[in-house]
Amino acid sequence: MSRYPLRRLLHAVLIVAGISVISFFFLHLTGDPVGLILPQDATREQIETLRRDLRLDEPILAQYLHFVTSALQGDMGRSIYTREPVLGLILERLPATLELALTALALSLVIAIPMGVIAALRRGGWLDTISMTLALFGLSMPHFWLGIMLIMLFSVQLNWLPTSGRGTWEQLIMPSVALGASLVALFARLTRSAMLEVLGQDYVRTARAKGLSETMVVGKHALRNALIPLVTVAAMEFGFLLGGAVIIETVFAWPGVGRLIVQSILDRDYPVVQAAVMMLAIVFVVVNLAVDLLYTWLDPNISLGRTDK
Amino acid sequence: MPQAPRPADSWRRRFWAHRSAVIGGGLFAAILFGCFVLPMLLGTNPTATSLLHRFEPPVWMEDGALTNPLGTDNLGRDLLIRILVGGQVSLMVALATVTVAVSVGLILGTLAGYFGGWVDTIIMRVGDLFLAYPFMLLTISVIAILGPSLLVIVLVLALSDWVTYARTVRGSVLSAREREYVAAARSIGTPDLHILRLHILPNVLSPVLVLATVRAANYIIWESGLSFLGMGVPPPTPTWGMLLAEGRDFILDAWWLATLPGIAIMLTILSINLIGDGLRDAFDPRLKGGRA
Repeated sequence: MSRYPLRRLLHAVLIVAGISVISFFFLHLTGDPVGLILPQDATREQIETLRRDLRLDEPILAQYLHFVTSALQGDMGRSIYTREPVLGLILERLPATLELALTALALSLVIAIPMGVIAALRRGGWLDTISMTLALFGLSMPHFWLGIMLIMLFSVQLNWLPTSGRGTWEQLIMPSVALGASLVALFARLTRSAMLEVLGQDYVRTARAKGLSETMVVGKHALRNALIPLVTVAAMEFGFLLGGAVIIETVFAWPGVGRLIVQSILDRDYPVVQAAVMMLAIVFVVVNLAVDLLYTWLDPNISLGRTDK
Repeated sequence: MPQAPRPADSWRRRFWAHRSAVIGGGLFAAILFGCFVLPMLLGTNPTATSLLHRFEPPVWMEDGALTNPLGTDNLGRDLLIRILVGGQVSLMVALATVTVAVSVGLILGTLAGYFGGWVDTIIMRVGDLFLAYPFMLLTISVIAILGPSLLVIVLVLALSDWVTYARTVRGSVLSAREREYVAAARSIGTPDLHILRLHILPNVLSPVLVLATVRAANYIIWESGLSFLGMGVPPPTPTWGMLLAEGRDFILDAWWLATLPGIAIMLTILSINLIGDGLRDAFDPRLKGGRA
């Protein structure tokens, strides 16, 4: 059993290695960056020097190894235009993206879990119908459109909230609501079906038969077990949050990694795009690793049965 | 004497008895008609500009006119026809992506599940890698480099989602492989391909159909997200995401430009989700009432 965390860690390392290969490969799809960097009238000599500096004259495997070893030392290349180290650019903006993603996640869980529980307890009733209809609409709305609608309502019409930027809590509200809305829908549906499943189990019936109050039965026995699948799905959806942040940050001018990626794509600043995407992918792997380990710790039975066959 | 319904008939019957599935199906049919047939009947040009008719409001508002039922944009282009034509792109991207992703997922998932061993290990480990890479980021980085075109978008969306199908297919194949009739077929020397086609594929198709419906709704959202960022099918072809991005610049003067294309997306996704719920309940009545 104690071997599981180690294996899981090794797995995560392999995934990160795979991500580095994919990222490196993508950058090489761009072809020769020399034409992008140097002015049109560069001399042959200038071109040769730059090619040597960028190690483009070396075999591709050597280039990859160099890419990995420098990345491990914290050197992920430089922006083609500003010549700033890419890692610095990303680290500067990562807290903003994490703040947005985590707020959206927390917000969606806080709304979705009570919604799902109530829907399950009142199965077929009007509360169930209303919350599941809301969930269906939530799943059907593109989050960037919701973002624009929120701006139109709360900034343009009512003048309650600022349209963009980061710094105050008012500025955090709309982006995180827009990003989290479809997750509310997803989590509420998941909580509802998990609760329905758990409520039919023998131990819940036993708890009821023992004469425990309904609050105890639902809160202590049913909900805790129903939440287990939710943890895994929430971790998986963190990838959605990071990807969705790319668009939402653009809508709300939120100064995070997502906006850096979009801006760099428009500028054709590929080293920045590559490193930023790789960084978010690694964040995603780390989050999933952490959640998996937490999960083993919370519920040793499940992880053993699942992985060590 | 009443005949017992064949399984195929009974899932169709359950689907049509499902109220929300029928609503979703009707809505989706109306959307298909609107996007692919109505533009021909209307005959309006989606890219024709008219500087005399800029920012005309929809017909139900003051100053609205029936000539531009949903109003016009900053260049005087008719919003209704642009939304309808824009839907063609979204729906075609979704259909093409589903086709490619399901084909790849079906082939690789079947290979992995049926043959097991190292074939399984390689396919599923590569799949893990794709799952670990947040799809939107994968899509964006490839399109950033290769440049946006219909083909690139479809291939990239399919590339980032084949794993979802492969895993489902693999699971169904694994359980079908253990059935007695498969063992029986194998014991009399039936060729693998024959077993796969006759005995295993039928078990795999229904979960894949349900999954494909749900994912197709997602492809429409992703495609509109990409074109919202300027990474979709290039102009002048209107797409829903592009209309939203354009409308966003005019939220002060012309609310309809950003609002109505979004409603079009929402209704489409809603109809597909309703169909998906109906299919899921029809194939597996035990789950009725909703697993997310």
